[in-house]
Amino acid sequence: MNWLINNLGLVWTLSLEHVALSIPPVIVGFVVAIPLGWLAHRFRLTRGVLLTVVGLLYTIPSLALLVILPPIIGISALSATNVVVALSIYAVALMVRSTTDALDSVDSDIKQSATAVGYSAWRRFWTVEFPIAGPVLLAGLRVVAVSTVSLVTIGAFVGVRSLGSLFTDGLQRSIPLEIFTGIVVTVLIALLFDRLLVLLGRVLMPWTRVGVANKKARVAIRSLEATS
Amino acid sequence: MNLFLEAIEFIFTPVWTIVTTERENDIVARTGQHLYFTFISLVAATIIAVPIGYAIGHTGKGREFAVGLSGAARAIPSVGLLTILALAVGFTARPIAAVIVFLVLGVPSILAGAYAGIESIDKRTIDAARAVGMTEWQILTKVEIPLGLPLLLGGIRNATLQIVATATLAAYIGLGGLGVYIFEGLPTRNFVEMLAGAILIAVLAIVLDGIFALLQHFAVPRGVTAGKPTELRATSARRRTVAGVPAESSKG
Repeated sequence: MNWLINNLGLVWTLSLEHVALSIPPVIVGFVVAIPLGWLAHRFRLTRGVLLTVVGLLYTIPSLALLVILPPIIGISALSATNVVVALSIYAVALMVRSTTDALDSVDSDIKQSATAVGYSAWRRFWTVEFPIAGPVLLAGLRVVAVSTVSLVTIGAFVGVRSLGSLFTDGLQRSIPLEIFTGIVVTVLIALLFDRLLVLLGRVLMPWTRVGVANKKARVAIRSLEATS
Repeated sequence: MNLFLEAIEFIFTPVWTIVTTERENDIVARTGQHLYFTFISLVAATIIAVPIGYAIGHTGKGREFAVGLSGAARAIPSVGLLTILALAVGFTARPIAAVIVFLVLGVPSILAGAYAGIESIDKRTIDAARAVGMTEWQILTKVEIPLGLPLLLGGIRNATLQIVATATLAAYIGLGGLGVYIFEGLPTRNFVEMLAGAILIAVLAIVLDGIFALLQHFAVPRGVTAGKPTELRATSARRRTVAGVPAESSKG
């Protein structure tokens, strides 16, 4: 326990740095995936192209992406920006898929009703389709948040400080407790992000408190929970 | 972009002309190690996960457990797990540590594929099988397993991706594989070597994924569509409303 008592300050600093690296990719993933997901949902051609591209991007292993990315976008491989950009790419790749599924899950009867009472395409998207797609979007965002928090640790290899630094340092100095602390705190942060998103969902989508009624949405959420 | 050319040159340069460190291994051998780790773990994960997944799918019990498991596996950082296990099992048993990490990554995906495959089958199909007098075992082997095959393969495909990506980290605890180029290049800032390794790993992952995509495509009998994502893209509601085409009947 000595290590932990002597290094509480370090763990706290690293946790904060970890959180700071985790938040931007989740936000970028959510925002960028909305127009892309809409494109994939709306047109058959863009659906094929977009889903293939994000599938390929997601296939590239994270450590490889951290090395390939810098020469392409002209940043240092050892910078925090590199980690944030790489994780944002994964977040976008995952969220485009979820957003497409989410928009697909909106019943076409509802969309027709909205059009029939005079909604423009823009207003229909933001006030009808987007809120109804909400529960599936939330399920996707939870997956993205948890995996982003876990993936931030990879940055330790290229010298970007996070809780992952405890793993590399702990292995070199043979301190299992240091690594264990890193794992536990990372999982706790992931759990915290997850709970916060659920809470946000309850506040922003009060109608889902009684459960998701739409069958297509339930199926999409189930497959998200299970397979991504 | 120059760096990329150099990296590609590195990949295609014969082994004995590379002067970074002494190397008895070449790219083919390291790809072999990488694939070996991936394959062993994948087979082990499949053997563990498929029976459990089928049990969950057939009985409908234990689903919460499986979802919780995959959630937990997603949250645990694989680098942390690998390093702590490497310390725990000691220097000589490090391959065991690596395989355990790969199992932790692979099992939840395959488990999910197995039970989701069975869950995706229309309950009426299973009731019909029961009604014509099939035993539970026959229902499982003749109805549920064949119909659930596409999603199971999808799960194995996900697991392969996760494992092949994480097999890169095997080099960090000195087990070889394609990650060697990255971890060898890191301390010396040899970006050409790192980039070469990263390109090889990415290509390997994409090729494996492509093979599974083909398998998924061909292993599924033509009549089997259960679990395949249906194209839900409806025609524009506006166009349909305007043109007066009746709305599709919503399925029960």
